Amino acid sequence: MPEFLQFLFSGLTVGAVYAMVALGFTLIYNASDVVNFAQGEFVMIGGMVTAFLGYAGVPLPLAALLAIAVAIVVGLLLHALAIEPARGASAVTLIIITIGASIFLRGAAQVIFDKQAHKIPAFSGDAPITFMGAAILPQSLWVLGGAVVTFVAIFLFMDRTLLGKAVLATASNRLAAQLVGINTRTVMALSFGASAAIGALAGILITPITLTSYDAGILLALKGFAAAMLGGMGNPLGAVLGGILLGLFEQFSAGYVSSSYKDAVAFITILLVLFVMPSGLLGRRAVERV
Amino acid sequence: MLEVEDLRSAYGRIEVVKGVSLKVAAGEIVALVGSNGAGKTTLLRALSGVQPITGGRIRLQGESIEKAPPHRRVALGMAHVPEGRQVFAPLSVEDNLRLGAFQRNDDIAVDLERVYTLFPALADKRRQAAGGLSGGQQQMLAMGRALMARPKLLLLDEPSMGLAPLLVQQILDVVASLKAEGVTVLLVEQNATAALAIADRGYVIETGRISLQGSGAALLRDPKVREAYLGV
Repeated sequence: MPEFLQFLFSGLTVGAVYAMVALGFTLIYNASDVVNFAQGEFVMIGGMVTAFLGYAGVPLPLAALLAIAVAIVVGLLLHALAIEPARGASAVTLIIITIGASIFLRGAAQVIFDKQAHKIPAFSGDAPITFMGAAILPQSLWVLGGAVVTFVAIFLFMDRTLLGKAVLATASNRLAAQLVGINTRTVMALSFGASAAIGALAGILITPITLTSYDAGILLALKGFAAAMLGGMGNPLGAVLGGILLGLFEQFSAGYVSSSYKDAVAFITILLVLFVMPSGLLGRRAVERV
Repeated sequence: MLEVEDLRSAYGRIEVVKGVSLKVAAGEIVALVGSNGAGKTTLLRALSGVQPITGGRIRLQGESIEKAPPHRRVALGMAHVPEGRQVFAPLSVEDNLRLGAFQRNDDIAVDLERVYTLFPALADKRRQAAGGLSGGQQQMLAMGRALMARPKLLLLDEPSMGLAPLLVQQILDVVASLKAEGVTVLLVEQNATAALAIADRGYVIETGRISLQGSGAALLRDPKVREAYLGV
């Protein structure tokens, strides 16, 4: 039982991070049909900038806010300089552009920072809390709490504000969105900024547990993408569900089978989703009359 | 209200609108009729800015708008009900209508009531997803959504397409009633008889060029129009 609980908690913790990355994929995909493979780099930027500002003596909360701001600027630049000029290009072209951007950001991080692994101090110390025989890091609670706050904020924004509805409208029908007077370019910029902020926050929350380095984004992007596919690309709720499930699969298989296959779980998941249910768990099964 | 001069638009290298000039005066209903592929829809899309133009001028109330992005044109008083309705399927009927007023900052409660009065069928379904409405209701919603912007000029693309004759009449009655409220309408239709019957003036477009123009009644009597578009 303690073992089971242990895996459950670590599964939920990494799952929350995958869910945040998957949500970032979803927001950008919905606004622009772009699958942004630079999503993992936002997570890396969040962790790395916070760590280096911390070394420079900036207090942790301020460093975290600045790191999110840096990620947002990078997200907006990515949209303005790489995606917007290629508007109208095919999906494959846009994906290759984001892969290029991801390689560029990784290279820049290697030059600006370094190639070492870096850590941020845990927000509430490293002493584990014992719960029914399982040891839980206080940082895990920060990760889960941060993820929940992010999801609730995004859902409230989409459900309660006209701007949120405008984002949904743009995702559902870009032509009609333009015709009612929504500036779809602004909506796209907004979703790149929001995705970057969510990614950076995920990076800041998880770095005290997993460490970060210039190339930490690669695996996170692939796993976040697997989570988004599992949940159903384009569905925010699916992204959250997919992320949590993927985190649980990964930790349980690492715990009960072998930890050397941990990273393979995500890729087996992608393959299974593509073979068995290409639209994912909550994918668009739209009922639309014509 | 609207002045279009030598407007040209192309898909790739194929020119679809080949120098169209037309005018719509304030308070008029103007019908643009023509067969499939004549360039009607492309012309409307160019007017609202979602289709790039390759030449020509568009003036709305004297102001040049051919370089303005679509959302600016909405703010300036142009609303376009696109072909095929294009409602926001996953959003509720009421959210669709609220988004129609996206460029406005004033109170929209009166306008919502007005749309529900014009289209009572929508009032019963205000919380339902727009994608679940019937074709006729979606057409009403698309028109209601455009009216929420309080447009000075309404561009209507094939509002009768795919609808039962009774519904067609209902939709066209609403178009005619908008005139009484001072809304100017540019109506694109393949159903030339119905469109010309409610229009003050009409244009006939053929392969990207205006071939005939005149009052609605005159065009309905014109032997060439009768032969080509009315099937008599």
